[in-house]
Amino acid sequence: MAENEPTQAELRAAYDREMARAKLREIPFETMSGVPVDSVYGDGPYPGQYPYTRGVHASMYRSRLWTMRMFAGFGTAEDTNARFKELLANGGTGLSTAFDMPTLMGRDSDSPWSTGEVGRAGVAVDTLADMEDLFGGIDTSAVSTSMTINGPAAIVLAMYVANAEKNGVPRKALAGTIQNDIFKEYQAQKEYIYPPRPSVRIVTDMIRFTAAEMPKWNSVSISGYHIREAGSTAAQELAFTLANGFAYVEAAMAAGVDVDVFAPRLSFFFNSHIDFFEEIGKFRAARRIWARWLKERYGAKDERSLLCRFHTQTAGVSLTAQQPEINIARVAIQALAGAIGGTQSLHTDSFDEALALPTEKAARIALRTQQIVAHETGVANVADPLGGAPFIEWMTDEMERQAEAIFAHLEDLGNGSILEGVYAGIENGYFVGEIADASYRFEREVNAGRRIIVAVNDFTDGAEPQKDLLRIDATTEEYQLKRLADVKLKRNQAAVDEALAGVTKAAADPTANVMPPILEAVNAYATLEEVVKAMETVFGTYVEKAII
Amino acid sequence: MSDQPENLRVILAKLGLDGHDRGLKVVARILRDAGMEVIYLGLRQTTDSIVSAAEQEDADAIGLSMHNAGHMTLAPNMVKALKAAELDIPVIVGGIVPDDDVALLHEAGVAAVLGPGASAEEVARVVRDAVQANRAGAQA
Repeated sequence: MAENEPTQAELRAAYDREMARAKLREIPFETMSGVPVDSVYGDGPYPGQYPYTRGVHASMYRSRLWTMRMFAGFGTAEDTNARFKELLANGGTGLSTAFDMPTLMGRDSDSPWSTGEVGRAGVAVDTLADMEDLFGGIDTSAVSTSMTINGPAAIVLAMYVANAEKNGVPRKALAGTIQNDIFKEYQAQKEYIYPPRPSVRIVTDMIRFTAAEMPKWNSVSISGYHIREAGSTAAQELAFTLANGFAYVEAAMAAGVDVDVFAPRLSFFFNSHIDFFEEIGKFRAARRIWARWLKERYGAKDERSLLCRFHTQTAGVSLTAQQPEINIARVAIQALAGAIGGTQSLHTDSFDEALALPTEKAARIALRTQQIVAHETGVANVADPLGGAPFIEWMTDEMERQAEAIFAHLEDLGNGSILEGVYAGIENGYFVGEIADASYRFEREVNAGRRIIVAVNDFTDGAEPQKDLLRIDATTEEYQLKRLADVKLKRNQAAVDEALAGVTKAAADPTANVMPPILEAVNAYATLEEVVKAMETVFGTYVEKAII
Repeated sequence: MSDQPENLRVILAKLGLDGHDRGLKVVARILRDAGMEVIYLGLRQTTDSIVSAAEQEDADAIGLSMHNAGHMTLAPNMVKALKAAELDIPVIVGGIVPDDDVALLHEAGVAAVLGPGASAEEVARVVRDAVQANRAGAQA
């Protein structure tokens, strides 16, 4: 043991002091049979103690349950607004916005590219007017909002700020997260607009803007979810995600921002897949690795910089179109893994999501599923309840070992820089190749019967015809096109043109921040695509090399 | 029609903005492993770009992957674009297509629809069958 390392007794004493200070929920912390249980078991470091393997806070869910954040978005802004209100009325505690594919790609609803995709897989947002409808009647100072958007994240964040300020809510009061994780777009989700380097410049501009003006806003949600959905292994999800995180840290530090100014507002987003123990090991390893790297490599001093706080979503890709009701069981297991893994917020997938966007009933069952995990299973009473178990500790170490091997490879690629290594891995097809290989390996194993997927390659009796799917009718597209045309007609075109010129000017000046001129443009009701194009003239576009 | 396997040339593409390419890449490898020649166009293709690739590559079939509920617009558009270019090439749609839409897609001229969970053998067979049926239809 190193000389200054605290003893177990000292760790426990420090933990108990933290717990004595913690504000706890007023419920009995006991089993359903009435046996009182301690807030943690086993050895330290305990939850809230470096390197945070066992949790980011001492009291974990005894103080506050994870945020039940259900991702929703479809059709028009009004449709989604109604779903938001329904989720809030049913005990949802945060909002999460799904945008349609044109919005995610920075295209307006009237673009030829958007035909057939308007409002299909999320909500269409073309201008500030749509953002006003989306959050109409919702007090944005009282909810935390997550917005899943990346390529045009700066513009959508600007619209959210502009809507709030029109309603008298100052930007500094806004709490939430914008995904804004462009690296994983090139690696997995493929919703990029500009090439990597200018895209990262926009991300660092947003980090600087939110650090200065939006203290309750998470500027980047570094996301492994999509990497996993695209077919990676658990360890690849972990490693690519954290490497992307290190890359943003290096980019922001290179832009002159102190690590402790922005790192506390970085958050993460992981997948909770079906291999229960592997997932729990992954979550624990994520916290440990992030804390170590931020402290030892990037010199972070603020404890909050070291905390890997993360959102979790159950694995959409694990849901089967066959016998979809059984997905409820899969989701429950995955939700439990997320809770045992110490997640800060959780989205549970709806059972019908392998077929279509969820119906209202399916979304409610999904929310109820995590409510059962939270309130009935007792999992919220004890932090890191599996910590100390030999298998879980081994799995945590194994995840870390595999991740460190990948970091070493990226460092090699980048001549000592993770940021350059990530750029290089995007350029040379490393990430997409690794993911495609893992995905195909899995498919072959399922195909050969080496892996059983219930209702797909075994236990297939009992299939019924599909019923009750959510359908988005074509009137959504017509409605949205008319809405956009109306906004364009009513706005002051000269003001729009001037504001867009300001955006282009800021994009061309590497010392400028693009956020203020984008805010001006959206306030003038410039469309999403107009702002995208105003920067595209400077930044160009990205086209992926098509490799299998 | 001989029973000898031949090197079918299959174009695989994502039409439109949808970026979900996991399934299409798996299908690409399945067809390649089944002895077909895969022309993988990848993401963000238009009906025009697919038509011109089909002409240049002398394609036997076109596979489109759709995961964003845009299939009822995009797939029929593809069929129409091929017809307009006087190309008689079967279009196969894979991805997330509700059962009710499968018949509608057939009516719109889509040769086959492959859903989630299709085995590798099924994927290769459906492509071969679609090509054969198309040739038989052309001879009739």
